[in-house]
Amino acid sequence: MSGVRQVGRSLPRLEARAKVTGAAEYVHNLHLPGMLHGRIFRSAVPHAEIRALDVKAARAVAGVHSVVTIDDIRTVIPDPYYGPAFHDQPILAEGKVRHVGEPVAVVLAEEAKTAEEGCRAIAVEYGELPAVYDEVEAARSAVHVHDALKPAGAFPDLQHLAGRRATNVALDFHLRRGDPEGAFAAAERVFEHTFRSQQVMHTPLEPHVSIAEASGSGITIHTSSQSPSFVRSEIARLLGWPENRVRVRTAYLGGGFGAKVYVKLEALAAALALLAGRPVRIALTMDEQFFTISRHATTVHIKSAVDRDGKITGRQCRVYWNGGAYADIGPRVAQKSGFTAAGPYDIANVAIESCEIYTNRPPAGALRGFGVPQLVWAYESHTDLIARALGLDPVEFRRRNLLREGRPQATGTKMRDAALHQVLERLATHIEWERPFDRGTPLRRRGRGVAIGFKASIAPTTSVAIVALAADGSATLYCSTVDMGQGSDTALAQIAGEVLDIPAERIRVAHPDTEATPYDMGTLGSRSTYHMGQAVRRAALEVRDKLAALAGELGLPPGSNLPIPELFRRKYGMAAGNLIGSGSFMPSYAPPDPLTGQSPDATPYWMSAAAGAEVAVDTETGQVTVERLVLVADAGTPINPQIVETQLSGAAIMQFGFTMQEEMVFEDGQLRNPSLADYKIPGLRDLPRRIEVETVDAVERDGPFGAKGVGESGTYAVSPAIANAVEDAVGVRLNELPLKAEAVWQALAADRGGR
Amino acid sequence: MPHIHFTLNGRPVAAEVAPDETLIETLRERFALYGARESCGQGLCGCCTVLADGRAVSSCLYPAAFAADSEIVTIEHLAAGGELDPVQQAFIEAGAFQCGFCTPGFVLMVKQLLNEYPDPSEEEIRHYLSGNLCRCGSYPQIVEAVKRAGDLRRAAPSGS
Repeated sequence: MSGVRQVGRSLPRLEARAKVTGAAEYVHNLHLPGMLHGRIFRSAVPHAEIRALDVKAARAVAGVHSVVTIDDIRTVIPDPYYGPAFHDQPILAEGKVRHVGEPVAVVLAEEAKTAEEGCRAIAVEYGELPAVYDEVEAARSAVHVHDALKPAGAFPDLQHLAGRRATNVALDFHLRRGDPEGAFAAAERVFEHTFRSQQVMHTPLEPHVSIAEASGSGITIHTSSQSPSFVRSEIARLLGWPENRVRVRTAYLGGGFGAKVYVKLEALAAALALLAGRPVRIALTMDEQFFTISRHATTVHIKSAVDRDGKITGRQCRVYWNGGAYADIGPRVAQKSGFTAAGPYDIANVAIESCEIYTNRPPAGALRGFGVPQLVWAYESHTDLIARALGLDPVEFRRRNLLREGRPQATGTKMRDAALHQVLERLATHIEWERPFDRGTPLRRRGRGVAIGFKASIAPTTSVAIVALAADGSATLYCSTVDMGQGSDTALAQIAGEVLDIPAERIRVAHPDTEATPYDMGTLGSRSTYHMGQAVRRAALEVRDKLAALAGELGLPPGSNLPIPELFRRKYGMAAGNLIGSGSFMPSYAPPDPLTGQSPDATPYWMSAAAGAEVAVDTETGQVTVERLVLVADAGTPINPQIVETQLSGAAIMQFGFTMQEEMVFEDGQLRNPSLADYKIPGLRDLPRRIEVETVDAVERDGPFGAKGVGESGTYAVSPAIANAVEDAVGVRLNELPLKAEAVWQALAADRGGR
Repeated sequence: MPHIHFTLNGRPVAAEVAPDETLIETLRERFALYGARESCGQGLCGCCTVLADGRAVSSCLYPAAFAADSEIVTIEHLAAGGELDPVQQAFIEAGAFQCGFCTPGFVLMVKQLLNEYPDPSEEEIRHYLSGNLCRCGSYPQIVEAVKRAGDLRRAAPSGS
């Protein structure tokens, strides 16, 4: 027994040594005997009928095993359409392509290079179709990406969309609270703005990889997935098999950030392995990831009614999410994040319309924040503009309007354990908001800005965990949470260790393997610490109870301190046996009213974070230098403070890239920069000199030991904080991301011209 | 196919390598060394960094044939005796990684950095590591790790 608290310790990750020595296991490293390599032949056009697909020459390339098209896939998967919200995505294109880079065929070969050579020998004749790329235009366009909507069976609230035709609106979510029209009619002032954000990509440094192998009784898929349980059930559905014939294994992921949730390559790899009768590896290049999944480009129209005391009395938001050609989890983004589009403010009258839109771009899904960063970008830019127009201090204006504990958010769900005010106040103190600020020089003007955002958790979702205690007193935790860098293995071991009074370092966390680790909805939405954390806590409690019962059975007095190995020896006569505990967790949830979006229980918990930025703007070039970025977050009570801090600064840095430099650039549906040479993610020299992070003292009463999720929080408020600082510095407002020097320069020039 | 001899992690080795084969392919496919990882495939991210005659190179762009008669060191060699290199130790102490995919590349680059600048300034660190990318954004902790590693090496000058 350790007698040391495990929760709250900043112990290094359990796998730290493996990671610094290069020994850590990733699916990227896996090679199976007899394995074939698959290379995907992709569409070169954004929207077209496939008139002819000629693979004969590719089949003739020496070393090519086979070339697979959708016709072949259909022989093993009769209905080869998949997706978490809509069954709209074909495993390979069927009759049509809907975005540049869509998989059309696969060449299988003994060596990856041969497969690539085979791809070059494929000829395809396209009949190009009119295409639509912009989310606002697509909402009304006569050009349709799909003939009809095909919602998946899993979500009852999407069923009314089934068969809807002649539309690109995959999902329209509506929320209505109070009397928005009345509020605008009675308003002292009305403000209205439009903000846009660009399509960006996760760029996990371990690109997607899936290896499938057929076995006598089923199929095993080794995959860089954030959601092994979902992959299992979706592949079982596609194959028409019971789930127990599909085994899904993951290892550590070289980053995920939402790119690797739901099915990506797994259905294709499974079909190929069954067709070839040999293991098949599909590994994307960095470039191919840009055509696989991304973050939604978004247009947000936001309008607010404000009274004479600076209180926001009404707000109306119309959000268009550019979902690309396949829905992926986009409809859930439109709904689950859509209901927070009005911001963390106490507004009596709210109307939100949030629409997932099909376009002929590569698909968009979840990326660190599930749509929230795009919404915060809009409402916190808007909030700052209102404060300036009213002559109010931006912090004070937010303070006046921020939701307080117990007050209803736009859904009607009451705020609970949401440290919004603490987060804002700590930020203001940290950046010394009340003190005079150095405004720089005419050629290098300085400014500062703040922003605050919040997010609901994902519900209703379930996590299950098993803790097994061996006769030597060591414990193994079995769960399907995937450690992709967020430190879940360590945090969950700390939770189990806290309950069992065992040092976390002595607990082994098994890699997810659906043949051994129980169900988990997915490693996404900052849900693992809270949901899986509770399941693990319960599983460990069951072990602890069984230990106590065993001691009683052996006639030991309560509180006896007999070492665990001795208990086992006395029970089994030797070092043998196991004590096994299981736990599951599903938070309560009430689905939103389909017409008003109202729900008394929309989320199990709220996450929030604020950012402060200090910038210098070169008034001759428009170059923006972020000198200091400060982040304050509500993480509840962190399980591992050092990992939480690293995760927060990491998320802020990622969003900093999305704010300042990253952008998927399209021209006529063609992506012009699908590589790290042209799509620049932040490196050390791009970063602010000072990045500071803190968490507030808070407790999430339903979280394990007071903790809540934190993986996305660092992203929320970064973009508007920087844009607000730019306006503070030079008086120009940018309504589009990224904040390019060119755009700042043009705005400065227009500003000068206008004077 | 060229037949080459080189020193790999302190031991003499030989391999038949294809003319278009890169060093990372050789390391992974012929020597089962997985610490260097191909990510961007363009020599921009640093995940595939190895040391060739003491210099950090991107093994995804480095022709395997160039390894002939040279000394190649991969991350696997650093703690071969069981004891972590001070750079590795510092990365653990500073919590300077999350997913860990880029970490071997950073560790090798930092070794080279500290060989040239035993007590680097923040500017030198930023400049020197600008060719290594960490998508998890562990940069603040990496800078901290470099400083710690410098301290550890200076405290035990033989141990580098």
